Amino acid sequence: MDITVNGKAKDIPYGSTIETLLMILDISPNGIAVEMNKQVIPKTRHNVTFLRDEDDIEIIQMVGGG
Amino acid sequence: MDFTDEQVERYSRHIILPEVGGKGQEKLLNAKVFILGAGGLGSPALMYLAAAGVGTIGVADADVVDLSNLQRQIIHNNSRIGQAKVESAKQTINEMNPDVKVNAINERLTVDNIREVLRDYDVLLDGSDNFPTRFLMNDAAYFENKPLISGSMFRFEGQVATFKGNEGLPCYRCLYPEPPPKGMVPSCGEAGVLGALAGVIGVLQAVEAIKEILSIGDSLAGQLLIFDSLKMVFRKVRVMKDPECALCSPTATIKELTAYEEAVCDLRF
Repeated sequence: MDITVNGKAKDIPYGSTIETLLMILDISPNGIAVEMNKQVIPKTRHNVTFLRDEDDIEIIQMVGGG
Repeated sequence: MDFTDEQVERYSRHIILPEVGGKGQEKLLNAKVFILGAGGLGSPALMYLAAAGVGTIGVADADVVDLSNLQRQIIHNNSRIGQAKVESAKQTINEMNPDVKVNAINERLTVDNIREVLRDYDVLLDGSDNFPTRFLMNDAAYFENKPLISGSMFRFEGQVATFKGNEGLPCYRCLYPEPPPKGMVPSCGEAGVLGALAGVIGVLQAVEAIKEILSIGDSLAGQLLIFDSLKMVFRKVRVMKDPECALCSPTATIKELTAYEEAVCDLRF
């Protein structure tokens, strides 16, 4: 299944959730937010949010400077 | 309230706007805005809010002005190096607009004092420089039922969001449940920030605060605005209320303020 992650094409297995995507990408879920098709998906929903073909994912880094 | 002749002239470009008018300017003069941090974001936000005639501005910061601040913290200047940032900010505002009363709070806000400080204000801005303070501010704003306009930045990127967890909209924790673990974010010694980016983000916070006071336009609540200064791209994404948010959901587990570990670094943004 083909999705886009931060603007780059990525082939991931069918049935992947956001949680599995983060594991595939080796990204810790702490310190980031995950945006799917212009919508941030709360971290508590990562393991129940399944990805579909052509989903557009952005990994948003938490920034804290002021 | 009756405007003085000087006020009519000072705020004429506001008053002429149908969305603001005399009534809106009166709202601004009666408004009380609190800003956490007189640093990179706080400087421009404070200056535009003061220029706009926001009648009462509270600002808290425990730092003193340092030479390395002046690349972006434009409310301060060379002659103020070593002075408390809040006093320097107050002086700049007093010179700019005598209509504004500044409450300069030269101390670090903590679990013990933050709620009492915030209680007096209508709209809150977060321009702090570390994650523990951001979570403290979010939780305190939620418990005090105040809208929180959050700005943050790192290197070339900035983020702005309005949080209204108490109005059925997301809070900071719906977006980011917890501070990142130590060492997760790049060390601040390696970091840095584009000075002018602070102007963009801090002024966006001021714009959002003024809209909030005037109840005009579309609030950023429920959205996150991300600015990439290198690509010169603004992106707006929807943020939903986390149905299991530890702070603002029906199943919330956070019932009072708690402190996270001290800031992951000392670099003063």
